Formats: sequence, C-alpha cells, structure tokens
Amino acid sequence: MRLSKQLKFTFRGKSIQRPLIYEVGHKFKVTTNIRKADIESDGGWVILELTGSKEEINKALDWLKEEEVRVDNVAGDIVAG
Amino acid sequence: MSKVKSLKCRECPEEYEISPKYVCDMCFGPLEISYNWKEIKKSVNKNSITNGPKSIWRYKSLLPIDGNDVIDIGTGFTPLISADNLSNFLGLKKIWIKNDSVNPTYSFKDRVVSVASTKAKEFNFDTFACASTGNLAGSVAAHGAKAGFRTLVFIPSNLENEKIVAASIYGPEVVAIKGNYDDVNRLCTELAETKPWAFVNINLRPFYSEGSKTVGFEIAEQLGWKTPDHIIAPAASGSLFIKVWKGFNEFFEIGLIEKPKNTRMHIAQPKGCSPISTSFNEGKTHPLPVIPKTIAKSLAIGNPADGYYAIKLAKETRGSAHAVSDDEIVKGISLLARTEGIFTETAGGVVIATLVKMVKQELISKDEEVVVLITGNGLKTQEVISSLSAPTEINPTIKSFEDSFPNY
Ligand SMILES: Cc1ncc(COP(=O)(O)O)c(C=O)c1O
Ligand SMILES: [Zn+2]
Repeated sequence: MRLSKQLKFTFRGKSIQRPLIYEVGHKFKVTTNIRKADIESDGGWVILELTGSKEEINKALDWLKEEEVRVDNVAGDIVAG
Repeated sequence: MSKVKSLKCRECPEEYEISPKYVCDMCFGPLEISYNWKEIKKSVNKNSITNGPKSIWRYKSLLPIDGNDVIDIGTGFTPLISADNLSNFLGLKKIWIKNDSVNPTYSFKDRVVSVASTKAKEFNFDTFACASTGNLAGSVAAHGAKAGFRTLVFIPSNLENEKIVAASIYGPEVVAIKGNYDDVNRLCTELAETKPWAFVNINLRPFYSEGSKTVGFEIAEQLGWKTPDHIIAPAASGSLFIKVWKGFNEFFEIGLIEKPKNTRMHIAQPKGCSPISTSFNEGKTHPLPVIPKTIAKSLAIGNPADGYYAIKLAKETRGSAHAVSDDEIVKGISLLARTEGIFTETAGGVVIATLVKMVKQELISKDEEVVVLITGNGLKTQEVISSLSAPTEINPTIKSFEDSFPNY
C-alpha cells in the first residue's frame, strides 16, 4: 500500500550542502513533491510530500536522520502541554 | 445564512467545507475558520454579550459552533485582577493579571477543549482523543466525561504520577507510550490518519484553537471594551498568543472596540525551549525546531505549529520575544505568589519572569497598562519548588513560640 506523508525537513550545518532530497529519492523507492522551502546559508527547511510504501518511507526517514536532517509533521508537534 | 462560511487556508486561496480537516490539500498550510461577519454583526452587541452566561459561552456567536448544546463545565470568564502590589514592586502604573489558573481543570486549555468537545459532538464523533504531557490531558479527560465520549489520552510513559492522576480521575483510557516525545508525536499522527476519532489538536485543530480567542474577548470586555498597551503571553505552539490578538481584531470587526493599533504583543518562552523567541530575536521569519529541556513542561513544544504566525504578529505589533531561565521561572512563580497571592505553574513563572525582564529593559513605560496571562495552576508543578525554606519547628508552648518568633 502506498502512503503519502506531509513532512517538514529541517537542515542545519553540513546537511545543507548536499542534495539530500535528490539522494533520498534515488536510494529509496520514494517520491518527493516539494511544496514550499526556505534555505539560507546556515540552515533551512523544506515542506514536501513523501510517497511510497510504509517500509520505504521509514527507511528513507531513518537515513535522513542519520544525515542530521530533522523530520517533523507539517502541522507542528501533536503532543501539547 | 450561517455565521460560519468555510475552512480557509492561511497560505493560499483554497477553501473547504466545514469538516474535521486541518491542512490544505494544495499547499499543506493550516486551515482556519472563515466567518460571515456581516451576519454575526446583526445579532452580537455589548448587551447581548454582557447578558450571556459568565463563561466562554457568552461569546458563542463568535465561535464555530452551530447548535445550542454546548459542553459546559464552567470554563472561562476568569478574573482580571488589578495586581497593585506587583505594580508597585516593579514601579509600573498598572499590571493586570488574567487569571486562567482557576478554570475547571486549572488551565486555559479548558477553553480550547470546550470548543473542541462541543464541535466533536456536532460532527457526531463518539471517540475523543489527545496527546499531552499535562494540562491538555486533564482537560480532554474532564470534557470527555461530561460529553459522554469514549476518551483516549496518550502520554509519554515517563510522565509524572500527579499528572497521570489529574487525567485518569475522569475515567479515560490513559495510554502511556514507551519512547520519547517524538515517538508519541509520530504514533499519534499515524493514529489520527487511520482512526475515526476526534483528535482535538489534530483534525479538530481549526475549531479547538478558536477557543483561545475568548481570552482576548474577555480581556477587552473586562477592561471596559478596550485593549491594553501590552500583552505578555506564554507560547508553546504559539496558538494562544496569536488567538488573543485575533479576539481583539474580531471585537473591532464587529464594532465593539477601537482598532487595537496601540497594543503590543510580547512572547514569553523558557530558555530550554524557545524556538519562537530565538528566531524572532535573530530576525528570522520561521522558528527552527529544537529539543526541549526545561522545567516549564507545558511550554516544551520543540516544533511550534503557529511559530511563524507568532513571530509575524510580535513584529507587526512592535512587540518583543523573550526566553527566561529555569531559575528565573521559579523566582517568577514565587514573586507572583508573594505579591498577589496567586500560585501559578511554570508557564506563569515564565510570564512573570518575562515581565520583570521587560521592566529592566525599559520596554514598558511607567504610565502604560500591561495584561499578563497566567494560564495554569501552581499545584500542577509543585515539584519545581523544592528550595523553599522548611517550616520552623517549635514545642507546643507559648514560650517556645515567642522564642522562635520574637517579632510577633
Ligand atoms: C499552562 C499553559 N500555558 C500556555 C500554553 C501555551 O499554549 P499554546 O500551545 O497555545 O502556545 C500551554 C500549552 O500547552 C499551557 O499548558
Ligand atoms: Zn493552501
């Protein structure tokens, strides 16, 4: 079953210089559809839709975390005080 | 014609029918209720409001609720107290305390949950849920009980026992998720996508968050239909902060107050979790998510949903944003208790510490009026007050008393 996840990737430090969104689409069977982005020299974020099987999405997200990309839900944190 | 028009995207022109939906399909922006102000104006005036119940439901015509059956456990119309001792202590003309720690479950969250639970009934949900580390859990459990929902409260498994009791007494399913805060976030997002539940701050978020407007309505009404020079509000997701302002603007929209053009909005966050204040002070437009580490657990939201809008609002109103240390928070709690007799939780300590900071930085002039938002009760976070002096022990004799307390 294919899933779509609406996510926000936040890049900081060295992760900003690599084409990580391109790489994630090649390393894993997922497609990325960017909706909005803001990148500056010291960091930035991208809002996108990640589509694929649950397994491939999870693998892709684990790999991104290893590459020091922070992955969040587009709608912000769900847990509240 | 209905007073509520649609769900409108905050980022693009898309509009959707009123339904339990929270992000725009086109741009993933947040959805917001769009009202029919012309229609509302016909029936709402100062009299209709002052003759209403002494609760948030006096503003029902301005909330996204269709029917008359509301879930009411007595939320809102909390006191606006003239804090004369604190004003004297800090050398200001007038500080007002909006004391939301006296709501039914002891925090301002009762406002958002009153609206969310009422809307969940109108949408015919039978299951009511939230993910929380404290205040929201208690409020959802209490409203769920009153409304007769099946209620689910998701918490991180390391939550303190008192907080679990404050929710479980109302009889919900309390689900403790093994793992960290992010794991709770991820699981609950997935549950919300797959289960037909009313998840208050996910699929009901556009309705839920409207409840916070009533803080702005009440302040303006209680000040005699005007807005103050300054508002200091705590921010976690940033929702309360932007909705207080939205409340002022809607009162202006329907002609109840003048344009709040001289009111400045200030953000209070703890240093250990200040993504909004940090970005504001660095001149950035978007908050960068952080991993929270603070005693102010009710404000420990690392990726604030409304952070961008909060930064924008503080800028537009010539406001400011602050981050205060754990030590300052505890001092703030103590200062409010000793001057005004109000025991607030850590979020209130963050606000008082911010007020003290702003006075030192001369951001408030002596003749201006400030309203500070005290949003939660101190009994909920007693664990942070460990350093108070122990009681003085005496023998059960007058002499022993007088020896220990010669001044009395
Ligand atoms: C006591 C208290 N104050 C303030 C807030 C901030 O709320 P918001 O997420 O609307 O910024 C919370 C939220 O969790 C809270 O529990
Ligand atoms: Zn949109």
